[in-house]
Amino acid sequence: MKKIGLFVLIVAISFSLFAQGGAEEKQEEIRVLLANHPYGELLKEAIPEFEAETGIKVNVESLQESQLTQKLTTEFATGSSTVDVFMTRPLQEGLLFTKNGWYAPLDSYDFSDYPDPAVDIGKKDGVAYIVPLVTEWQVMYYRKDLFKAAGISVPTNFEELEAAAKALNKDGIAGFGSRGKGAASVTQISSYIYNFGGRYLEDNVAVFDSPEALEGIRYYGRLLGNYGPQGVVSMSWENLMPVFQAGKLAIWTDASVFYGQVVDPSKTQIPAEDVGVAQLPRGPKEDSPFIVASWGMSMSNKSKNSDAAKQFLDWATSKELAIEAMKRNITMARDSAWLDEEVRAMMNPGLIETQAHAALNGFPFDRPFMSAVGQARDLIGEVVIESINTKGTSSKLASLAAEKTQAVNDLLKADGEYGGN
Amino acid sequence: MIKSSFFERNLKYLFPLPALIFVIALMVFPVLYTLFISFSDWTLTSGRPLVFAGLSSYMKILSEPRFLDAVGRTFYFTIGAVLAEAVLGLTIAVILNREFRGKNPLKFILLLPLVATPVAVGIVFNLFYDPTIGFLNYVLSLFGLPQSGWVTDSTSVLPSLMLVDIWQWTPMIALIVLAGLAGLSSEPYESAKVDGATPVQIFFRITLPMITPTILTAIILRAVDALKTYDIIYAMTGGGPGYSSETLNILAYKYSFEYFNLGQASSILVFLFFLVLLFSLGVMKLRKRFEM
Repeated sequence: MKKIGLFVLIVAISFSLFAQGGAEEKQEEIRVLLANHPYGELLKEAIPEFEAETGIKVNVESLQESQLTQKLTTEFATGSSTVDVFMTRPLQEGLLFTKNGWYAPLDSYDFSDYPDPAVDIGKKDGVAYIVPLVTEWQVMYYRKDLFKAAGISVPTNFEELEAAAKALNKDGIAGFGSRGKGAASVTQISSYIYNFGGRYLEDNVAVFDSPEALEGIRYYGRLLGNYGPQGVVSMSWENLMPVFQAGKLAIWTDASVFYGQVVDPSKTQIPAEDVGVAQLPRGPKEDSPFIVASWGMSMSNKSKNSDAAKQFLDWATSKELAIEAMKRNITMARDSAWLDEEVRAMMNPGLIETQAHAALNGFPFDRPFMSAVGQARDLIGEVVIESINTKGTSSKLASLAAEKTQAVNDLLKADGEYGGN
Repeated sequence: MIKSSFFERNLKYLFPLPALIFVIALMVFPVLYTLFISFSDWTLTSGRPLVFAGLSSYMKILSEPRFLDAVGRTFYFTIGAVLAEAVLGLTIAVILNREFRGKNPLKFILLLPLVATPVAVGIVFNLFYDPTIGFLNYVLSLFGLPQSGWVTDSTSVLPSLMLVDIWQWTPMIALIVLAGLAGLSSEPYESAKVDGATPVQIFFRITLPMITPTILTAIILRAVDALKTYDIIYAMTGGGPGYSSETLNILAYKYSFEYFNLGQASSILVFLFFLVLLFSLGVMKLRKRFEM
């Protein structure tokens, strides 16, 4: 009797296991890698809705941006990847990933709502691989109260910017801040180089040792060396933002994406009405701050659930979510999101104005667009640090820049990207 | 029956087999694979598959000034930190090697830095070190002393990092030496006292020679670790400012995960591997001489 009871129990348990297994088999699962970025946070909040709507289970992992690149690259390179959809940085890893065939082609995606330059960066041989998500451009955050107290108006050119930085650099407050940490500074100094008439690459040849580019690097070094916060050569945005939020920085030039955090009352000690956003002052030659598609979304070429992955991609890059993001001061790539009346009423007018200016005049790269961009940024960073450490006066800056330009050209040659095409 | 006898005959091979497989899969294979990659050209940014390239990765690395600087820094960091740890650790051990009230709680407190996570330690020290809003510069300013850039200044970054290593690992040397001191026989001390030796003489003529093998063991353990230090440096400076705190391990990390140049990264790691191996063998030989 006992044995029969046990048998029945075992059968019952195994049936229930089978039943569960069957149900799990029916439910589709995808693995999604997101960045620790405001838009990634928004997606994480909204994913339960997507799951409830479609019945697709989404396994999310969030990573800091450089860790995300590392994880994707190692997984793809070793052929062990189970990633289906992921956030990607078109300018940082786009070339590397398209070259190795790691992105899935997006033939059926409707790109009509996106600006062409943003889509073109994710294209190879006419095929698009990346849906642009977020655009960023360079802006100048400044303290309205300090400007008012010193009787200075908002600078509109580089001479005025230097004068303002000098005048506001007092009482334990640094006059001017921008990224000084080698590789991290490359994206932010780009607009300064452009405004002096220089470039990183021209027709896939490194040219940042040109007199124009050098002038930009010297100017940046002079400002940061003289009026920057202490230890600026080891500061990226994550170090500069707390200094600005603590009220110890008068002017800070960085990407537009940080506006929401700069005025978030839970993180900052300065009242939101004292924070201004203005366009980067124009330089002697140009007025073209960078405006880039900083984040995009792609599918893995090795995805085993490409239907579910496509469904997720369509949802995660939808117009509805873009509008939701815009309401949180995340600047999206979709054109229509900028035209939405509700959004325009809610957004900071400074952001809308600077975006319009950058979209019209800006340059669509903030770093050398090449596969070995990681190493190239370190090489350019050496020149930037030398300039900051010497307050822009270094006598060997030109020879150092020439040497590093040569090194970047060697990288381009080694990867078969030098010149032409 | 036949089966069981097969097992019985081969028990001595079968029982260690799981451990052997474990060692081969997780230790021998990765080292050999790294060695293999170091003789290849494998750069993910080029989109080309791995090709055999002989010694070219080594040649490129050896002609790279950053590599030579990193070798220098690795030694500077290791020697500086481990020497300070040895001297401080020995001093603490000698002080603790007598009976006094509160000795056990003190030993417990000494253990705390050892169990702290290096990354967390790095973050906390970074807050102390911050030149604008940090604690240390505030203390310096209270005493009217000049402020330091700590980890943000290329001249002070390595000593600042060494200080963190010393804070965390001195207790380990102290505890090892303390265990060694507790194991010393009391006879030489008694005869020395009878002969009228001073405490200073006793320390330098008896304690130190007898404890040297233990100190050297502690130094080997620490130095091997310090040569490979990665966590504290990566968490605190990432090798910066510029390259000024870039040690071999950090450099290898950058070459592999930021530059995706796996051939050259592996050759750096093979170099580091032999460096640690040679160093350990050297100190072990030295230790044998003291044991004689």
